[in-house]
Amino acid sequence: MVAKKGNQYDPVKALQLIESQFDMVQILNEEGKIVDKDLDPKLPDEELVELMNRMVYTRILDQRSISLNRQGRLGFYAPTAGQEASQLASQYVLEKEDFILPGYRDVPQLLFHGWPLHMAFLWSRGHYAGSVIPDGLNIFPPQIIIGAQYVQAAGVGLGFKKKGQKSVVITYTGDGGTSQGDFYEGLNFAGAFKVPAIFVIQNNQYAISTHRDVQTAAKTLAQKGVAAGVPSVLVDGMDPLAVYVATRDARERAVNGDGPTLIETMCYRYGPHTMAGDDPTRYRTSDIDDEWEKRDPIVRFRTYLEAKGIWSKEQEEKVIERAKEEIKEAIKKADGQPKQKATDFMKIMYKGDVPFNLQEQLDAYAGKESK
Amino acid sequence: MAELTMIQAITDALRTELKSDENVLLFGEDVGANGGVFRATEGLHKEFGEERVFDTPLAESGIGGLAIGLALTGFRPIMEIQFFGFLFEVMDSVSGQIARMNFRTGGHFNAPITIRAPFGGGVATPEMHADSLEGLVASQPGLTVVIPSTPYDAKGLLISAIKSDDPVIFLEHMKLYRSFRQEVPEEEYSIPLGKADVKREGKDLTIVTYGAMVQESLKAAEALEKENYSVEVIDLRTIQPLDIETIIQSVEKTNRAIVVQEAQRQAGIAANVVAEITERAILSLEAPVLRVTAPDTVYPFAAGENTWLPNAKDIAAKAKEVLTF
Repeated sequence: MVAKKGNQYDPVKALQLIESQFDMVQILNEEGKIVDKDLDPKLPDEELVELMNRMVYTRILDQRSISLNRQGRLGFYAPTAGQEASQLASQYVLEKEDFILPGYRDVPQLLFHGWPLHMAFLWSRGHYAGSVIPDGLNIFPPQIIIGAQYVQAAGVGLGFKKKGQKSVVITYTGDGGTSQGDFYEGLNFAGAFKVPAIFVIQNNQYAISTHRDVQTAAKTLAQKGVAAGVPSVLVDGMDPLAVYVATRDARERAVNGDGPTLIETMCYRYGPHTMAGDDPTRYRTSDIDDEWEKRDPIVRFRTYLEAKGIWSKEQEEKVIERAKEEIKEAIKKADGQPKQKATDFMKIMYKGDVPFNLQEQLDAYAGKESK
Repeated sequence: MAELTMIQAITDALRTELKSDENVLLFGEDVGANGGVFRATEGLHKEFGEERVFDTPLAESGIGGLAIGLALTGFRPIMEIQFFGFLFEVMDSVSGQIARMNFRTGGHFNAPITIRAPFGGGVATPEMHADSLEGLVASQPGLTVVIPSTPYDAKGLLISAIKSDDPVIFLEHMKLYRSFRQEVPEEEYSIPLGKADVKREGKDLTIVTYGAMVQESLKAAEALEKENYSVEVIDLRTIQPLDIETIIQSVEKTNRAIVVQEAQRQAGIAANVVAEITERAILSLEAPVLRVTAPDTVYPFAAGENTWLPNAKDIAAKAKEVLTF
């Protein structure tokens, strides 16, 4: 039906109609209560516990990574606290063969997909050995160029489709990423080729310091899928069950040949953009932080699981201890990695033979290094 | 043996590799039923079907991303950039992502991607279509940049590019597409990447060049022969990496050289060639190594391009300067 105001076509109304379709899906509210029984995935207890394990583990990893960074024992680090539900409940629905194209904050998903922790630490330190992905692990190292992973996801999805493989590609960006041309191109290609892809926008409200409202006139980021003909949904990104359900459904549609889905997860990053000098007090107040912390994914999930009688303080302590132990081990392992040499870089430039110009330089550097 | 134009030889190479390896995919804007705006992919969509040869939405960066994703899932993509003047739209995919794939993953993932594009000028395209941007990609470590100047070379080099496990930029000079025919074998053959070809032997002066300037240089060499100068013409064929051995051998024989490119003086790769010669063979030189290039302006509007592009006369004049130094 054409949107009209009197006897005139009304584009404002047309937009409002679309925007009204993107109310936020929530299943588990801030108090840890199921508020939408129809959508409750009714996960078995052991799966609920496993999801909690992963979120607690990741919160500890975040805290330890920040302090390791301050001690100079880690390099580049983008804090994840506040985004555990968004990251881990979406990864949780994946099968081993599914491919993850991450942004730079998406290390936790890669870890639970199989990336060894010491490799993540090596990557953080700026050692190439961290990115030599183990065979059979379908991940790409964290993308740095915002949006590049979106166009690449369309390609991985098309590859799966051409092979007739029942797998999906999942990719992540943030609210700022949705302003990139590549965001639209990736989504549009995926829709046009109807590929098995899941595009996640982790709307953590800030692109470094720039608020989401500065990025776009669009009322929601999820609605950006509409223009590309891609089914889209906005979920409470601090509600692990809502994220789980949205991703599970998206995956199901994808492997059934019904094409891509765009998911906006409404969340918040408690920490700075990265540990490289970002100071959030310059662009947001502690009141805002406090408001968001009331919606914390771990707090609400803990309340929910405790009420079900399947989670205890002791259990949580055990996860925390295990996390600390594994982090310590991984740091030790990363420390044991030989230092990089200039000749290493020359050797990993090409799959095929080292070309003449580079070989000459390689020989010269090898001479220097042997002295 | 069939006499083919360069564009027919290119189509032939694409067909050969689509046939020989089922992982080869060919895609870009209008490359399907339309056969490409220059008809480089004529008939391939019909022969190999939508699965192997297909149109994409109109977005160069998307095409680059598609190639990367397909490479990550085991395919051997051939992506077309409709005109190399549109390179800027896909620069991150090309230089930021494809060129660095092997490096960034320590060799775990590679990018066996061929990026084909028409380039150069002289065929009166609308603005922003014609340009000589090869220097931009040649300066990006990780990319091999190939520019054929004959139908025979085009087929053999394109086959090598497609078979390469590393990314190759394959630039097809628009003016050469249909400018002459040459015998091209029907069977699969390859010409190694990174190897120049001496297109004409001589002993008084070396002209190092590539692309459409090869034909102009050969014309200049013929004109100079009438004045009893014997001129050698080296067609680089691959501009990155440079075949330094062939260049230096020639210069050590002739003791004089000029470098000719259609690109502007500040662009292209002529300055690199001069630097390599001076570093490696300065004691063989009887004269400075000079360059023939287009001037340092933006690529001109169509009606003015022929006054801007270097030609055989410019080349002969510069050669004389060096020969009589």
